[in-house]
Amino acid sequence: MANNLSGKCVIAGIGATKFGGLPGRSTISLNIEAIRKAIADAGIAKDQVDALWVKCPTSKFEFMFGQKVAEAAGIQPKIGGVWDQGGASNIMMISYAVMAIEAGQCDIAVITFSDNPKTGSAAAYSRARGDDALYGWFGTLSNYAMIARRHMGELGTPREALGAVAVASRRHGAANANAQLRKPLSLDEYMGLPPMVAPFCRDDCALVSDGGAAVVVMSAARAKELGVRKPVPILGFGHGQTSWEVAQRPDLTSTMAKVAGATAFKMAGLSPKDIDVAQIYDCFTITVLMTLEDYGFARRGQVADFVQGGNIEIGGTLPVNTSGGLLSETGMPGMQLIHEGVRQMRGDATLQVKGAKRCIVSNQGGVMHTHAALILGQ
Amino acid sequence: MNASTAKPNTTLPDPDINEASKPYWDALQAGKLTFQHCRHCGNNWLPARAECPKCLEAEWAWQDASGKAKLISWVVFHRAFHPAFANRLPYNVAIVELAEGPRMITNIVVDDAETLKIDQPLHFVAAQEQGHGIARFRPA
Repeated sequence: MANNLSGKCVIAGIGATKFGGLPGRSTISLNIEAIRKAIADAGIAKDQVDALWVKCPTSKFEFMFGQKVAEAAGIQPKIGGVWDQGGASNIMMISYAVMAIEAGQCDIAVITFSDNPKTGSAAAYSRARGDDALYGWFGTLSNYAMIARRHMGELGTPREALGAVAVASRRHGAANANAQLRKPLSLDEYMGLPPMVAPFCRDDCALVSDGGAAVVVMSAARAKELGVRKPVPILGFGHGQTSWEVAQRPDLTSTMAKVAGATAFKMAGLSPKDIDVAQIYDCFTITVLMTLEDYGFARRGQVADFVQGGNIEIGGTLPVNTSGGLLSETGMPGMQLIHEGVRQMRGDATLQVKGAKRCIVSNQGGVMHTHAALILGQ
Repeated sequence: MNASTAKPNTTLPDPDINEASKPYWDALQAGKLTFQHCRHCGNNWLPARAECPKCLEAEWAWQDASGKAKLISWVVFHRAFHPAFANRLPYNVAIVELAEGPRMITNIVVDDAETLKIDQPLHFVAAQEQGHGIARFRPA
């Protein structure tokens, strides 16, 4: 690799609003609260921030949104903007920040996201897909259910494997005082739930949530110079864009997550066996199963064996979504997973994985259209 | 039904019938399923587009489908995301692959969709929805 940036930059600060329903709060206001808390956590002054990347709200696309956030934050970034890759955007923006910092284009970057679909409009999640409304083809969850059915039928994945993902996130979320849904779920309860869009039931699906979250990225050298408390090194990242609509994909049971994971592992010089804890984007239960296979934690078609018996719960060999993920902590698309990865590497997570030294985080957007992987260390 | 008496919330979004897709919808209205065939590289595809997504050339023609297909995947809606489907629950939506290669969204004409099997053979059935011809499939 020409110029390996592994470990060159760190996440120096994290900040988030409360999660759940936040009536009356604009997406700008939620972003600003998250930014204020992230720069305070990093122990820097706002005027030191010279780059700003923003993920546009999912529920409502706003023209020149990056500039609106910059104005409200009172900063004039040297570089940055809005990134439109759905839920994969947050890790992607962090990796662009790393590349920009190492190219000398900026010094300290803030990456932020907020949305308010719970008290605002969640219509974006139930819209007609493509040109197929006449067939009743509506909703984001229906697309993921289509993928899940193929995984079950082609590879023999039982519904219990989907359930194991929901059970893990719900158990971890129940221990998280900041989680939106703090109600544990047993596998028996999951198996007894009625179908919503079969093969999915309600508890296969992410929460709908208001909230904002931000991170501060700078070089490891700068963090040392500024005396940042517990900077978390960015060891690897990788992207992949499956792109095609679900109906047009030649393969429904594997995505470009495979490429994203391989790129991140190569950059970090690591493999799945080196990972102690994982924050895997769980917009729907099937996404976790497929990401674990595509990253190489389980062989294709064998993820059911990997997730059974509490193996992805705290105390298992690979605890997944230790703060509750999108199924329990907040439905926010992805930044909360990066935050929990940072807490695990700092050693101050609520459900801390003892001795954890490496964490992989996944983000993905659309209906597995986009993917990004991030490997954090100590 | 004219515009003043129609309940707008039970009207489904119409397909985007444009220069590229009009022959497809016209054929379906006549009960025929068609797809685009690239004269340059031989690729077959749906939905309609102006250039071949494989070789990017614009030398293509519409061809009649044999009607043979297989079931790639399907879901069963027990909740309506649009009021037009509220009285049709449960209903299924499927992805099928035509024998000629293109894949498309459709419905399977079957009493109990939970009895379907991945990759099972299907056959085209012409149908109508909101004044448009559409393509459904039944087990072969």
